[in-house]
Amino acid sequence: MPEGSAIERNDTGYPIYLDYQATTPTDPRVVEAMLPYFTERFGNPHSRNHRYGWEAEDAVETARAQVASIIGADPKEVIFTSGATESNNLALKGVAHFHRDKKRHIVTVVTEHKCVLDSCRYLEEEGFRVTYLPVQQNGLLDLDQLRAAIEDDTVIVSVMAVNNEIGVIQPLAEIGKICRERGTYFHTDAAQAVGKIPLDVNAMNIDLLSISGHKIYGPKGIGALYVRRKPRVRLQPLITGGGQERGLRSGTLPTPLCVGLGEACAIAEREMAGEAARLEALRARFYEQITARLPEVYLNGDTTHRIPGNLNLSFAYVEGEGLMMGIKGLSVSSGSACTSASLEPSYVLRALGVEEEMAHTSLRIGLGRYTTEAEVDAAVEQIAANVSKLRAMSPLWEMVQEGVDLRSIQWAAH
Amino acid sequence: MMAYLDHNATSPLRPAARDAMIAALAECGNPSSPHAAGRAARARVEAARRTLALAFDCALDSVIFTSGGTEANNLAVRGTGAATVLVSAVEHDSVREAERRAEVIPVDGNGIVDLEWLEARLARGGVGLVSVMLANNETGVIQPIADVVRLAHAEGALVHTDATQAAGRIPLSFESLDVELMTVSAHKLGGPPGVGALLVQEGFPLRPLLRGGRQEDGRRAGTENVPAIAGFAAAVEAALATADGTRALRDGLEARLLASAPGARILGALVDRLPNTTCIAMPGVAAETQVMALDLAGIAVSAGAACSSGKVRTSPVLAAMGVDAELARSAIRISLGWNSTADDVGRCAEAWWALWARTRGRKTVQAA
Amino acid sequence: MAYSDKVVDHYENPRNVGTLDKNSGDVGTGLVGAPACGDVMKLQIKVGAGGLIEDAKFKTFGCGSAIASSSLATEWIKGKTLDEAASIRNTEIAQHLSLPPVKIHCSVLAEDAIKAAVADYRAKQPKTSQAAE
Repeated sequence: MPEGSAIERNDTGYPIYLDYQATTPTDPRVVEAMLPYFTERFGNPHSRNHRYGWEAEDAVETARAQVASIIGADPKEVIFTSGATESNNLALKGVAHFHRDKKRHIVTVVTEHKCVLDSCRYLEEEGFRVTYLPVQQNGLLDLDQLRAAIEDDTVIVSVMAVNNEIGVIQPLAEIGKICRERGTYFHTDAAQAVGKIPLDVNAMNIDLLSISGHKIYGPKGIGALYVRRKPRVRLQPLITGGGQERGLRSGTLPTPLCVGLGEACAIAEREMAGEAARLEALRARFYEQITARLPEVYLNGDTTHRIPGNLNLSFAYVEGEGLMMGIKGLSVSSGSACTSASLEPSYVLRALGVEEEMAHTSLRIGLGRYTTEAEVDAAVEQIAANVSKLRAMSPLWEMVQEGVDLRSIQWAAH
Repeated sequence: MMAYLDHNATSPLRPAARDAMIAALAECGNPSSPHAAGRAARARVEAARRTLALAFDCALDSVIFTSGGTEANNLAVRGTGAATVLVSAVEHDSVREAERRAEVIPVDGNGIVDLEWLEARLARGGVGLVSVMLANNETGVIQPIADVVRLAHAEGALVHTDATQAAGRIPLSFESLDVELMTVSAHKLGGPPGVGALLVQEGFPLRPLLRGGRQEDGRRAGTENVPAIAGFAAAVEAALATADGTRALRDGLEARLLASAPGARILGALVDRLPNTTCIAMPGVAAETQVMALDLAGIAVSAGAACSSGKVRTSPVLAAMGVDAELARSAIRISLGWNSTADDVGRCAEAWWALWARTRGRKTVQAA
Repeated sequence: MAYSDKVVDHYENPRNVGTLDKNSGDVGTGLVGAPACGDVMKLQIKVGAGGLIEDAKFKTFGCGSAIASSSLATEWIKGKTLDEAASIRNTEIAQHLSLPPVKIHCSVLAEDAIKAAVADYRAKQPKTSQAAE
């Protein structure tokens, strides 16, 4: 925690925060960078008439360069949006709509974020064909299946860089190479990847890339879309009227939020390597302790192609929501934050072939910039104690201990 | 010390909004997460929704938070599914360009929509949506929304009003206006940029612009911008709580400007306007020249709307009002706000008069 | 999800967790729900000579509301006749625990578990004693 900042992270007795894939706290250094642009430097960056506007414009352009830098892009290729959801909507609908007369097919993956899947479903309603590729048991895409799925009129392939639930990293460079060879655009939702793993849009042949502010210790309400200029990616805007962001995204740019996203990218770029090593050690500590304390704990998703801050674990025979109620001292997620309001088990885990009963027992543990060893130890303690307590009152655990094969039971349809 | 008189472009953040945002920024939580941190974030969003519902006199479910006025306008114009849309000739680009096939309702010399034209067009049938702004960003002219609503509803058409410039500056009741959709924006009323809201009548079937997530009742996907939403609500509260002194300041300014520069003209002066906006023309002096001169004197004003291009163009708003192109090119916009002072206004009047005197002097010399 | 105080109380201090000998003649066992749905309840009753439920035990795999519903059910059925127990309605459980609409299925499951345990007990009894009851 940097010293001397005007904003201290609050210490209100909140639970230990282990949900860094849902959202991250805004880094105090980011808040510091943003504050002047909320108050004394509040100009509209599009006001070309006075210095308030010029100052804001300068700040926005500096931020744009910082965002570009972390993905190896040119600043001119970065447009600001209201967040990754908008970026993903714009990338898919924008490209599809622009090319609708000639190309009518889209390839994506079943484990994508809801906003990619929903955009694809919307395009299907409009008459586009969409291929939803399955994933392997480790959550990774099969490249041969990708090759086979691309058709002559495939306009875009959209594959997320890092999955929000299981943290697995897709083989971006290989996907980019295939897409370039086949002459289709490659879009990647990198909301969970930026600042966690090195990204280079040129080396990876990425044509469009979505960025989120609040997943990388930046502010909420801001994101970016990288749009390649050479060869140029053409797309139709989603929000029009004003012509900002090269006509691709209208609306007054929120200068402080742009500055915050830029600063978050700059910090992430500087500190990525050190942070990754630290989180990897914390994650190993967590995993080793929890598996030493509890039998029948299963890791979902690939063990190595994975960002260091994510663990997705199934605690067999203990229902996730019931467990969440017990671990009151922890903020973790059972399934994705967007779907946990519903009772269906995670569609991502189901896509991995995780059985429904195991999917119901999963927790996502997200470690991040402010996670400490003490927090990890306390979390392990709380989870282990509660899992043990709930297993003691689980009829399934009892049956398994008695040697009953749960599959042999005729469960009532319910 | 700069005198900032460009509040219609953006307004500085109110201290109450700043405090609310800093409190929210110090916390971490995704409002969709069911744990305590997520619930705290959700509570901030819902408290803000209550504030807006009270302030603008609408139901809680009517408030959809967006990334700003532009997104809200796009959502309103495209979200109804109306095949035929009518928009006024003085709308902001985010309304006009949201539906390129929209038919344009002309305005009169004061910038007021032509109600006879509207009635005749509605009578021909097929109109799904009418979008007329509450108050104009360049002139501050307030539209007769009640008449627009009466005519539109009589023919079964919906009404959207862009209240971006009006919200926080004049009292607004969504219920009394009886429109189906209304846009409000935070940063014009002293809230943060990057957040706005579309108010919709309860149960109104709106097609979302951004998909993928159940936020805002499935009508606007994307993680809620919690600190900005909290700042928005605090700014709205502050705007309603504090008596607005801008009308007296503005009227005083206009009197001084008109007295100091014979031939100066205030556009839209004959009709109801926002209490903070002056659109004034100094004949014979380009708007750019006036803006630069005022900037050098430490006063920030604008030559027309701040949008993307930066290029000098004749204002479409003034053109639609039938203002002579020469006169339009000499019009600047002075817009006051919550922190404007008598000193700001006085310095503005002096600097403007000084420029007028200088140009007169030069012309005199040239003529000699 | 905000839970009612009563749900929290039952979750933190569940009544009657445990197991009765399912092979015993005076024990009825109900096992309802399915792991794939995220809820499984096992509810057992021990019936005394007078036909009253002497003891009840449960084990539940599920959310806090499911655990609370089954815990409450065991509390309510103790000392009741089989008919009285079987007449407990899910709405009474849901109302008592202030369950939100999305959790009503937990109370349904508890009602089903009671009925299943009663049915299991009755099936075990010789025809005559059942008739005498």
